[in-house]
Amino acid sequence: MSMTAEPIVEAVGLTVDFASAKGPIRAVSGVDLSLKPGETLALLGESGSGKSVSLRALMRLHPSSAKIGGSVRVDGRDVLAMSARELSAYRGKIVSMIFQDPGLAFDPVYRIGDQIAEAVMRHERVSRAEARKRALELFERVRIPSPERRLDNYPHEMSGGMRQRAMIALALACRPKVLLADEPTTALDATVQIQVLLLLRELQREFGLAIVFVTHDVGVAVEIADRIAVMYAGRIVESGPCADVIRNAAHPYTRGLLSSRSHGALGKDERLKAIPGSPPDLAAPPPGCAFGPRCESFAEVCGSAMPDNVVVSSSHIARCVRLAIRNSSQPGG
Amino acid sequence: MLLYALKRLVYVLPVAFGVSIVCFLLVHLAPGDPLTAIMPIDATAEQQAQMRAAYGFDKPLPVQYGIWLFKVLQGDLGASIASGRPVASEVGRAVGNSLILASLATLIGFGFGTFFGFVAGYFRGSPLDRLASVVSILGVSVPHYWLGMVMVIVFSALLGWLPSTGAGPGGSTAWRFDWEHLQYIILPAVTMSAIPMGIIARTVRALVADILSQDFVQALRAKGMGEWPVFKHVVRNAAPTALAVMGLQLGYLLGGSILIETVFAWPGTGFLLNTAIFQRDLPLLQGTILVLALFFVALNLIVDVLQSSLDPRIQRG
Repeated sequence: MSMTAEPIVEAVGLTVDFASAKGPIRAVSGVDLSLKPGETLALLGESGSGKSVSLRALMRLHPSSAKIGGSVRVDGRDVLAMSARELSAYRGKIVSMIFQDPGLAFDPVYRIGDQIAEAVMRHERVSRAEARKRALELFERVRIPSPERRLDNYPHEMSGGMRQRAMIALALACRPKVLLADEPTTALDATVQIQVLLLLRELQREFGLAIVFVTHDVGVAVEIADRIAVMYAGRIVESGPCADVIRNAAHPYTRGLLSSRSHGALGKDERLKAIPGSPPDLAAPPPGCAFGPRCESFAEVCGSAMPDNVVVSSSHIARCVRLAIRNSSQPGG
Repeated sequence: MLLYALKRLVYVLPVAFGVSIVCFLLVHLAPGDPLTAIMPIDATAEQQAQMRAAYGFDKPLPVQYGIWLFKVLQGDLGASIASGRPVASEVGRAVGNSLILASLATLIGFGFGTFFGFVAGYFRGSPLDRLASVVSILGVSVPHYWLGMVMVIVFSALLGWLPSTGAGPGGSTAWRFDWEHLQYIILPAVTMSAIPMGIIARTVRALVADILSQDFVQALRAKGMGEWPVFKHVVRNAAPTALAVMGLQLGYLLGGSILIETVFAWPGTGFLLNTAIFQRDLPLLQGTILVLALFFVALNLIVDVLQSSLDPRIQRG
């Protein structure tokens, strides 16, 4: 990965509003993302933090009632300005997506092979036979056993792990440049999770894919990501290279996430540390820092305004006003 | 697939047997003696006993059933007490007429029902959805004999476009496919289609709404499918259930249209049942109910096989 390469995905000030009976709800409020070819970014956060919503905004996969703001550029194109026709030519060809539950992401009444061939024929002028041949190659590539027979399977005839492999095959069918992964290992058994992660890493190198990987599992993020962005209440609260964020977490929320995991054996009477409280109601967010009410080191200043990004070290930034105070009292620190 | 169909066919046999018992017994549960209706009032007890013996009503029920079933299996449903004509041919003609009417009504209902259902399902919460909901609720809840009368008043009496009753010119009961006959079927078929239309519209609306909310629809869009290909997937997913509902509706209409057939004097099974009940014509009643019940069983079989051939998730074991 070269450091000078132009970003292939660049979102600036991304916002997503959903209509509700009580007025619009801002699920994503000002997210900046930048991703170079071949790079993997993990969006880490609890459910409701806006990570999946941000991901879907990259291919405008929301219902039309949702309003997307800011700018999204992928492979040099303005995604938010695309017409319906341009959008459908872009989806699956430049950017494709794998879903959380592969059991639900395939049409249950079509054969898997046909569903892959359908995508190939959509984007390339090839015959049905050629598209089927491509599907077979992909099945071999993702190491599905007896691929020829499996192409004729219906989704319910495959195991969860195999379906996710098939989903990956489908996502890669038209050689996309960017892969969006929405918790692709969450619905799988632990052993299958690792196989799928390893497969994704391997395919990423081979295809030079940029991957945005949404997960709530810190372990999975560490396993796959070059960079991690931690989301809370619709904002990125901390982002940076994987190792920096994990070893030197600056935001209290990130630290809370990290300490709420078990490391090896947990004593019988030891309790797993959890972050107190629950995520804020997005329809009525708290004033100032959204994490404030749950923060161990909450101070009066936290409730006054949403903190800006503070540079922790070169490309490691966090949104915490206490960091800014610390930095200004230790100039050059 | 063929094996599955054969298997289902075998399962049908005990059902058909049960149906025959119920048909036979149901009629015997009804109070009143069918023969008193046709016997002269001053008939002697001896004459009555003679008549009873002639129709086999003097034997114990299981024996009567055995004899009846034996004849039924040979296609002999007995003779009508009122008219003396063989029941099989009466029922055959009536079933033919009802089948034409019910099929046309189901087709009309299915066409409009799926249309309204898809529109409502695709545009949930919009004025179009509410309009479609109103139409489908009206279809189910308006009394169809009343609807039939209104249709007759408007289209026959006031406008004079279509004939009001009967199945053909000059009171003919034989069906032919020409305009002379076709104009007679329009009003009863449209009236009869109101119920399946409402039911199918509501079913399809719920189906479409459910399918559109499923992950795979989003996954289809994510791989670049436009609205038209997505629509085809939705149709393909909705088809098994929609067709099953349509098949069952056809079954209900086939036998359950007594009121409409009476309003329009359509010489079908409903009309025949009505006559048979009021004349206490036991053999005719038995025969008609049996044939209708067997039609329903057969329709269920067809629906089952069709559904499993359209939906791979249904086990074909």
